[in-house]
Amino acid sequence: MNVTIVDYNSGNISSVINSFKEVAKDKVNIEVTSDLAIIKASDKVVLPGQGSFKSCIDGLNSINGLIDTLNELALESKKPLLGICVGLQMFADIGYEEIETKGLGWISGKVSKIDNQGGKFKLPHIGWNEINIVKDNKFFKDIMNKSHMYFVHSYEFTPDDKSVITATTDYSSKIVCAVEKDNIFGTQFHPEKSDKTGLKIIDNFINI
Amino acid sequence: MLKSRIIPCLDVKNGRVVKGINFVDLQDAGDPVEQAKIYSDGGADEICFLDITASNENRDTIYEVVKDTSKKCFVPLTVGGGVRSIDDISKLLNCGADKVSINTAAVQNADVIVQSSKKFGSQCIVVAIDAKKNGEKWEVFTHGGRNNTGIDALEFAKKMEESGAGELLVTSMDRDGTQVGYDIDLMYKISSMVNIPIIASGGVGDLGHLVDGIKLGNASAVLAASIFHYGKYSVKEAKEYLDSKGIPVRI
Repeated sequence: MNVTIVDYNSGNISSVINSFKEVAKDKVNIEVTSDLAIIKASDKVVLPGQGSFKSCIDGLNSINGLIDTLNELALESKKPLLGICVGLQMFADIGYEEIETKGLGWISGKVSKIDNQGGKFKLPHIGWNEINIVKDNKFFKDIMNKSHMYFVHSYEFTPDDKSVITATTDYSSKIVCAVEKDNIFGTQFHPEKSDKTGLKIIDNFINI
Repeated sequence: MLKSRIIPCLDVKNGRVVKGINFVDLQDAGDPVEQAKIYSDGGADEICFLDITASNENRDTIYEVVKDTSKKCFVPLTVGGGVRSIDDISKLLNCGADKVSINTAAVQNADVIVQSSKKFGSQCIVVAIDAKKNGEKWEVFTHGGRNNTGIDALEFAKKMEESGAGELLVTSMDRDGTQVGYDIDLMYKISSMVNIPIIASGGVGDLGHLVDGIKLGNASAVLAASIFHYGKYSVKEAKEYLDSKGIPVRI
């Protein structure tokens, strides 16, 4: 099996690479590339994302044909795809970080700044927070409810259709922190930085 | 609920740990990778390396350390010390650091913070403020605490937030190495002034100080070096103590 981590200048992806390689060992081949042919041929795709919504979308656009390839994989050939952090946020129709920016539109909804209740909550939301698993799925296999995951973000994804939400976390309000729609998975938290529980989630994704 | 973080910090010089933990089962007490792994296995919420390598020709040693550590520790790794340019940041992140901590360069040129937070995202830019009390105010020091800039630490903290820092690592130079506890007044004032998380540093001698840093200083995270280095307390003990004092921690 080939799992491809999409390299599109989305900031620092070395931790994502290290964690997937740690989990995959010799069983699964982990590719890190922006080569469309390799991405197309892979069995599973990981879309990391750091920095702003706009900078990540710009990053995708900077590689000719990448968005078309991702659309094809996610929507037509329906390969399992995992978006992490801004990688998840880009599933939305629209993001409001820096400037209004069009997203991939795979899961209807918007990405807006977390309401910090007039400074009561510090932003970014940085650190370990518990996740409330609202829908058990293969992705959360053997992950206990209220497990701790590592977060770092100031913006949140609000999907229109609440049935795609698989986990939330409490910070200022209930923040959507994991989604699933058909073959498309996403986490707002960083499984690659979430110690053993995070590695287990990566393992679950590889085994979907 | 978001948990308070405990961050053990390791001083690294020429690729070797200075003041390491003396565990009997440790193969190599000077190996930063092995020490970091002990901390992360013990429940450290993040790991911090402070590179204190003095000579330029040995500066590259930290990159190897970061590379090896990031393959073994799957919690966030922050690296500070001698980070001056976008190029330095880029190299550290590519080696597997998750955040970089910037001190002197941030004071000399705030544009480094503006540019780097734009390029890499605020989430990986930590500004380290070394502050020392002078009368009623605190002044910012640079170059590992050797140069007094005379800059007001509170104003500087605000400026760094506006420039794009994701977190502030606030060290009281009056308290650093004294083991008498954090400068709570400084932590509380900076934390009240900015809306980004602050990490308290400098002066921890016992576990009660960690509690004070969070409860009284309003810090989101507490950093400590020597109480963990010398095996006085383990990270696990520290977390259990915080938990017993009603502070939410990841256990």
